[in-house]
Amino acid sequence: MRLGLGGRNGAHRRGADPKAPPEPVPEEPWGPPPVIEVRSLLKTYGHGDAAVRALGGPPDPATGESPGVDLLVEQGDMVAVMGSSGSGKSTLMNILGCLDVPTSGRYLLDGIDVGGLDEHQLSLVRNRKIGFVFQSFNLVPRTPALAQVELPLAYAGVKTAERRRRALAALALVGLADRVDHRPNELSGGQQQRVAVARALVTAPAMLLADEPTGNLDSHSTEEVLSIVDRLNASGRTVVLITHEDEVARHAKRVVRLVDGQVVADVRQAPVDGPPPALSDPSAFAALSPHSPTSAAAVRGGAR
Amino acid sequence: MNPFETLLLAVGGLAANKVRSALTMLGVLIGVAAVIILLAVGNGSSQSVKDSIEKLGTNSLTVSSGSGGAFGGALGGGGRRTSSATSTKPLTVDDARALADPASAPDIKSVAPEVSTSQTAVYQGTSHTVGQVVGTYPAYFEASNSKVDKGDYFSADDVLNSRKVAVIGSTTATELFGTASPVGKKVVIGGTPFTVVGVLATKGGTGFQDPDDTVIAPLPTVQNAFTGFGPVSQILVEAKSAGATTPAQNEITTVLMGTHGIKDANALDFRVSSQESLLSTQSDTNRTFTVLLGAVAAISLLVGGIGITNIMLVTVTERTREIGIRKAIGAPKGVILGQFLAESTLLSLIGGGLGVVAGLIGSHFRIVGIEPVVIPESVWGAFAIAVAIGLFFGSYPANRAASLRPIEALRHE
Ligand SMILES: Nc1ncnc2c1ncn2[C@@H]1O[C@H](COP(=O)(O)OP(=O)(O)OP(=O)(O)O)[C@@H](O)[C@H]1O
Ligand SMILES: [Mg+2]
Repeated sequence: MRLGLGGRNGAHRRGADPKAPPEPVPEEPWGPPPVIEVRSLLKTYGHGDAAVRALGGPPDPATGESPGVDLLVEQGDMVAVMGSSGSGKSTLMNILGCLDVPTSGRYLLDGIDVGGLDEHQLSLVRNRKIGFVFQSFNLVPRTPALAQVELPLAYAGVKTAERRRRALAALALVGLADRVDHRPNELSGGQQQRVAVARALVTAPAMLLADEPTGNLDSHSTEEVLSIVDRLNASGRTVVLITHEDEVARHAKRVVRLVDGQVVADVRQAPVDGPPPALSDPSAFAALSPHSPTSAAAVRGGAR
Repeated sequence: MNPFETLLLAVGGLAANKVRSALTMLGVLIGVAAVIILLAVGNGSSQSVKDSIEKLGTNSLTVSSGSGGAFGGALGGGGRRTSSATSTKPLTVDDARALADPASAPDIKSVAPEVSTSQTAVYQGTSHTVGQVVGTYPAYFEASNSKVDKGDYFSADDVLNSRKVAVIGSTTATELFGTASPVGKKVVIGGTPFTVVGVLATKGGTGFQDPDDTVIAPLPTVQNAFTGFGPVSQILVEAKSAGATTPAQNEITTVLMGTHGIKDANALDFRVSSQESLLSTQSDTNRTFTVLLGAVAAISLLVGGIGITNIMLVTVTERTREIGIRKAIGAPKGVILGQFLAESTLLSLIGGGLGVVAGLIGSHFRIVGIEPVVIPESVWGAFAIAVAIGLFFGSYPANRAASLRPIEALRHE
């Protein structure tokens, strides 16, 4: 299995200097394969009359078949998926995160067809290639932050000392170096979400998937989490996040809109191989922000 | 994820629900302890039967009055042989004398007719009801495997002269004399003064009657004082060797059929039983008893196992979301399986271990008059079964947990 982490596992080191250009990716004859390649993806729940078509859109009256979802996400992109409630965003995200399987269609992750992987290979993919952040944090109960972040490394078979070092670095990156011994019930929502982000990025995965990562957070915590995500993207990691808020979508380089399980709009806000909008021109970005200028300061402060 | 970490995780899981884990372990503990103790009780009781075989001596045969078998007796009562049916001839001293004839009974070493009664003995104001006062011949001591510890046996001369001498059992001795030596003292039994000439060594026993609470005196003395010169209650016969018991039994039957005038071997009015036959019936009963106890114990062990399954199912259901989270961050199936299997195995391991301790401690106490004798196989057997039950009954919930798809587990409420 191609893990393709070689060029990107310097996230912590490079996080200190978000403006550094992305490292050159080894050239292939047709360029690097897209990180995510989805072809006519369909997902239905239930059977017969009670079937719910969560993804793929209504069937074509002529052929009786749904068009399905097609989506290409290039390496280093930062995509925001938007859409009304029930439009299939979470369904799509769960499939991208290998947490669920599509009813039909192909999903290539880093050029590998996920449909052909067995249970054990899937757990490897979830562990090494994908960092998943949930709206409801989903931390393991009764487990201190440090152990929480070490967990994916433990499953990956990393040695204890190395594991500790990397988990501490990840926690420091999200600004929680002083909360390593706190259990989830001793952390605020924003802190819990930052632990979740640290846990998602500790294995240095190629992509970060986030299903409404700021849905349960106030505007300050939202800025904190988003600034981390911005820096991760600036360091070359592919990010796909779901959001309902335009304020959050503004951070993305590209916005995809779903309606009834179909992609209806796909808008690029910034080039793939540049820094995310919030970092390319922080002052201009902050000026447009409805929040006070302190939020921009927080972004810069967090980046240091 | 190395085995040690899995173990730590399992300990953490159990510690999160201390009361629940403790109660589950208690179920296994009781199961394992029950197996060990109940089997030890069964074993202890058959062991004591075996001991009493050896105590009584395997060479001895007991002749007692009564029909030879239930069937023979019923036939006799039917009326064909009115002579034997209507008047069962009791055993007499003459019968004993006939058996002692080496010409007609070459395999018999010695014969001791016995009469027995229960009397109150008094010594210097201390009174004690003796369980068994036996009047007999000196041969009785050897045939019944009774050895004198202090003093001496009474002699054939004592019997001939109807001397008022007695050999007493160890329980009788302590009841009447305390720590003082009874030899040479005079004790009044049922109004007749007897001189104690010897004290028997303690036999010990587990029956309802204490074999050490006894007074043995010459036959004519006891007959004269208590029972009268009528029939004897039984005749104790010692064969020449353990192998000679069967020919001796036949000789007894032939001789007594002669003296009682019986022609039909199915209509005997006496019964010859060897100690072995008596005790083999007893050990059969004992085996049944042990099997029953074992079955009860096995059931309680099974119930303990079901307790583990139940708790593991609850744990898995309760932690389905957690399982989903772990799978979402890349936990392989084997690790999840290992975590829950380790928990259930740990439950049964600790419960079983404590059960072994409880069982071993418990079998130090007398239970319903039986000294339990622990069977070593039952200890590790019960422990191994408990652990196997943990693995077996834990694997179903664990497997269910590990096979969930991450999204199904995460959506679980
Ligand atoms: N497990 C399920 N069983 C049946 N139907 C489901 C299931 N999960 C989702 N659906 C249906 O699929 C459709 C899409 O759901 P999805 O969760 O993807 O929406 P969403 O875009 O994430 O909405 P929201 O913004 O509210 O989170 C909905 O109509 C929902 O009812
Ligand atoms: Mg959703």
